[in-house]
Amino acid sequence: MVLRHRSVCVKFQFMSLLPTSFVQWFSERGWQPRTHQLHMLELGLNNENTLLISPTGGGKTLAGFLPTLVELAEPHETSGIHTLYISPLKALAVDIARNLEAPIAEMKLPITVETRTGDTPHSRRQRQRIIPPDILITTPEQVSLLIADPTAAHLLRSLKAVIIDELHSVVSNKRGVLLSLALTRLKSHAPKARFTGLSATVADPDALKQWLSPSTQLVFGNAGAPPKIRILESAERVPWSGHRAVYAIPEIYAEIKKAKMSLIFVNTRSQAEMVFQELWTANEDNLPIALHHGSLDVAQRRKVEAAMADNKIKAVVCTSTLDLGIDWGDVDFVVHVGAPKGSSRLLQRIGRANHRLDESSNAMLVPSNRFEVLECEAARHAAAEGAQDSEYPTVMKLDVLAQHILGCACAAPFDVDQLYTEVTSAFTYRKLSRELFDQTLDYVATGGYALKAYERYAKLKRDSSGKFRLAHPLLAQRYKMNMGTIIGAEMLKLRIAGVRNRLGKRVVTGGRVLGELEEYFLSQLRIGDTFLFSGEVLRFEGLDEFGALATRAPGRDPMIPSYNGGKFPLSTYLAERVRGILADKSKQQFLPHQVQDWLNTQSWASALPRADQMLVETFPRADKHYLVCYPFEGRLAQQTLGMLLTRRLERWGAKPMGFVASEYALVIWSLGDMSAMIASGKLSLAKLFDEDMLGDDLDAWLAESNLMKRTFRNCAIIAGLIERNYPGKQKTARQVTVNTDLIYDALRTHQPDHILLRAAWDDAAEGMIDVHRLGAMLKRIKNQILHKALERVSPLAVPVLLEIGRESIYGDAHDALLAEAADELISEATRLV
Amino acid sequence: MSKTHKIMLGGMELIPDFSGALYVPDYETLIIADLHLEQGSSLARRGIHVPPYDTAITLKLLEEVVSAANPKRLIFLGDSFHDGEGETRLDDTHLITIRNITSSYETIWICGNHDPEPPQAIGGQGAESLSLGPLTLRHEPSLPSPSSQSGEGGSPQGETGGDLGAESLSSSHPIRRKGAAFPTSWRRREDNFEIAGHLHPGCGLTQRGRRLYGKCFVGDNTRLIMPAFGAYTGGLAITSKAFAGLFNEAETHAWMIGQAAIHRFPLSRVQRRD
Repeated sequence: MVLRHRSVCVKFQFMSLLPTSFVQWFSERGWQPRTHQLHMLELGLNNENTLLISPTGGGKTLAGFLPTLVELAEPHETSGIHTLYISPLKALAVDIARNLEAPIAEMKLPITVETRTGDTPHSRRQRQRIIPPDILITTPEQVSLLIADPTAAHLLRSLKAVIIDELHSVVSNKRGVLLSLALTRLKSHAPKARFTGLSATVADPDALKQWLSPSTQLVFGNAGAPPKIRILESAERVPWSGHRAVYAIPEIYAEIKKAKMSLIFVNTRSQAEMVFQELWTANEDNLPIALHHGSLDVAQRRKVEAAMADNKIKAVVCTSTLDLGIDWGDVDFVVHVGAPKGSSRLLQRIGRANHRLDESSNAMLVPSNRFEVLECEAARHAAAEGAQDSEYPTVMKLDVLAQHILGCACAAPFDVDQLYTEVTSAFTYRKLSRELFDQTLDYVATGGYALKAYERYAKLKRDSSGKFRLAHPLLAQRYKMNMGTIIGAEMLKLRIAGVRNRLGKRVVTGGRVLGELEEYFLSQLRIGDTFLFSGEVLRFEGLDEFGALATRAPGRDPMIPSYNGGKFPLSTYLAERVRGILADKSKQQFLPHQVQDWLNTQSWASALPRADQMLVETFPRADKHYLVCYPFEGRLAQQTLGMLLTRRLERWGAKPMGFVASEYALVIWSLGDMSAMIASGKLSLAKLFDEDMLGDDLDAWLAESNLMKRTFRNCAIIAGLIERNYPGKQKTARQVTVNTDLIYDALRTHQPDHILLRAAWDDAAEGMIDVHRLGAMLKRIKNQILHKALERVSPLAVPVLLEIGRESIYGDAHDALLAEAADELISEATRLV
Repeated sequence: MSKTHKIMLGGMELIPDFSGALYVPDYETLIIADLHLEQGSSLARRGIHVPPYDTAITLKLLEEVVSAANPKRLIFLGDSFHDGEGETRLDDTHLITIRNITSSYETIWICGNHDPEPPQAIGGQGAESLSLGPLTLRHEPSLPSPSSQSGEGGSPQGETGGDLGAESLSSSHPIRRKGAAFPTSWRRREDNFEIAGHLHPGCGLTQRGRRLYGKCFVGDNTRLIMPAFGAYTGGLAITSKAFAGLFNEAETHAWMIGQAAIHRFPLSRVQRRD
């Protein structure tokens, strides 16, 4: 519970709402309730829907619970769940329960608190059904399971309050979409219950309010002191390319030595492993430094969290696993290694050091390459202004709707008209047409095929009263096994192995679980390959029926997992700011000198575009010709652009050979001389970048695209078309279920308007291929292309050229080759004549 | 048209087709494994509503392949239907398509684990397994011989190797029903060559950072396992346990079906897991 020793200007009329036992409890601890906590109490007791927007460390959780605690302070009979508390992090349910139990015990309140997550044993779930607690702390998936249970109506009959924590994070993905549907059910079961959202600061509070309920009242917490953010001014050379930030390790180490406890945020697991290992090598003082990322075994992560809570740790290298959730210990310094990607994301992470709200949190950004310097600079300014660029809530996912419809049928037969009304009462589906709803329902019942072959195998059947009911109880069983919207890469458990020699043979047996790794990554390893995991160098020993086996291989050079970027593309907002920095000399004065030099060289060797322009450079190099453009729209959109431009260039005779997209730039290389083609008018850049590429060219490309197939697979699993594969469970020939790529192909030829293809296209347009963003960009640069035909590679083009071939080489050779290539390119780009 | 590969097995030349079929020129025979017809409707019965277009797709491809090869004889290597009742669920047009094929070509349906009984109403004759010259054709690969066992992988679980029952047909005919030739699971493989299906082999490799995966033929000098033909059949990695001990690894190749051609690789190139 986040309560700080802090006096606030308390509105005394609210104080009267607080029972004496509460007032006493606060004062015994020398605390005072905060204004927004009391405001939330007042609104809660009036049964209003509320949304509290407050930065980390604002005492949000208590603010959310206060009305419930006050209502339940008097002796009462528990007749069902009073308050449902929903947190996106299952790991935190237990911690939140513990934090809540303290004041309940200290005030001797007659309130029972229990948790229910995927890990809750069956026996306790059964007991919760018979003797429900007053407060149930749970996850979005569990809420969906709860409403799919035939006993839901009974369990929820006296529900008074629903609290959703970290709402800003929940609404941004399909989990939120599924939860929004579950909430419509909760509202039907308990029409009088109030809904409370707790959120970090967001770009569009109104959308969040609408998401919760149109009648929601907004409460703002104290904004706290603005953060102090600086960018590491390294004495070392900032690399041109790459994501390793090795150059900065000594300086990061010096900083964390000075701080009490530091969080070192990175963007990916492999970066976390790498930074951790480098820090460990630099760790001459034997500082307790830990590692925390999503692939590590849960028990190991819990250990790190506990050590943080006890302030026994000096620094933790972590990924987004520590973005959310309760505060662990007295973090006073945040280091962000790599690109911040977005202002809101950065503010959220920096807020982790915001232990005392009235003191500034301290943060340092460490760019891992030169473009990231620009991005860090843009993010630093945006964050200092408190500018938010969080995403708009995700809406209208047909695969999620299909899952919800089946869930509803699992609970009880439903009336179609009623369900449609209920579904469209959600913010996320307010624009859902009846036609589309009926199509989704038809999909759930029989697959939604033009060829009506499966009527007799329908999952939903109409009963005599016209209601839809589940055709077989086994389907409910299967729904429980397969529900949820998180489809990870296929993961395999990784265990430490014991090796013995028996009869001259190496016998490998599995031991303790270290964590999970992507099957994709493991499939590329040969026995004997080494890699970094959990801060150790491991030697791959093969697979058994439970997953992967590895032994410790200290002292060896690891083959580092390939960088897996692009999960969070650079936000549109930051991209605009980066373009602004490039265009405006006065904004460049804050940049490190070496980066200023880089940009200066660029401005005479080629050009720096205006903020509304897009620079396109063409130049020959070795035996090929290159075209580099700088849209700054993130890797996904630029990959799509690369794919489409290559097709066009092919058609127009430029003989393109390949392309590589980074977060900032796109390079295409060809056999044809594109500079000459442009000069002679054979190739028109305006036509090349015309928006019409999003028509037929896009369709044609998507037909063969693997990205589309991957997106389709996720939709097919969420929509319940095929079943999930569980990690470690190896398929046998007999069990091979249908590969979704084959289903995709069948649908494309035989029923291109099928609802799942539509859902997949929709997802891809927002995500993997980012068509929306690409479309906006093409519109923006219309008539604004600045072309430079150069004799050689420009300084700005060096980073993206260095990305070429990056993925195919590993280990030391990788770096040696890159260094060699880099030096060649750099001397070429900065040569004077 | 893809480059033509030749697979030598027991001194016979076999030609793998891009479709996954295998042509035996010496006997003018086309072999096709694991059609899995009516897989869609079979899954639909369990509430898994995959698109009901698989039989149509499979049969269309089959018609094309058969008419292009124009063989004397067609042998289906088992699991021709996804389940024992698949035949009864065939749509009329599909029934006619199959009957047209079986009436134009001599057709043998080898039984599989999915379809243990031969089909009744679509023409052709059934068999447990067959001999084609030196080659034995059966659905499930027989157990490995001791000499070919290698590494730590154990032998796959399954029934013992022998196919029981049926008496021999005319010996002048190259095709005859297999007698109870192998009473024990340990038999010499050197003078016995086998073509089987059942396992749906597939393999992958990484090139320039891209992972490529496809169905494949996989075989050594005594045994060839064919890819599954059916529209919804996938590829089970030949590195997986089901294939353990089946091949003499040093002499094993995979003929991977790419997007436009077949590519031959030594096992070591496509074997990233041991």
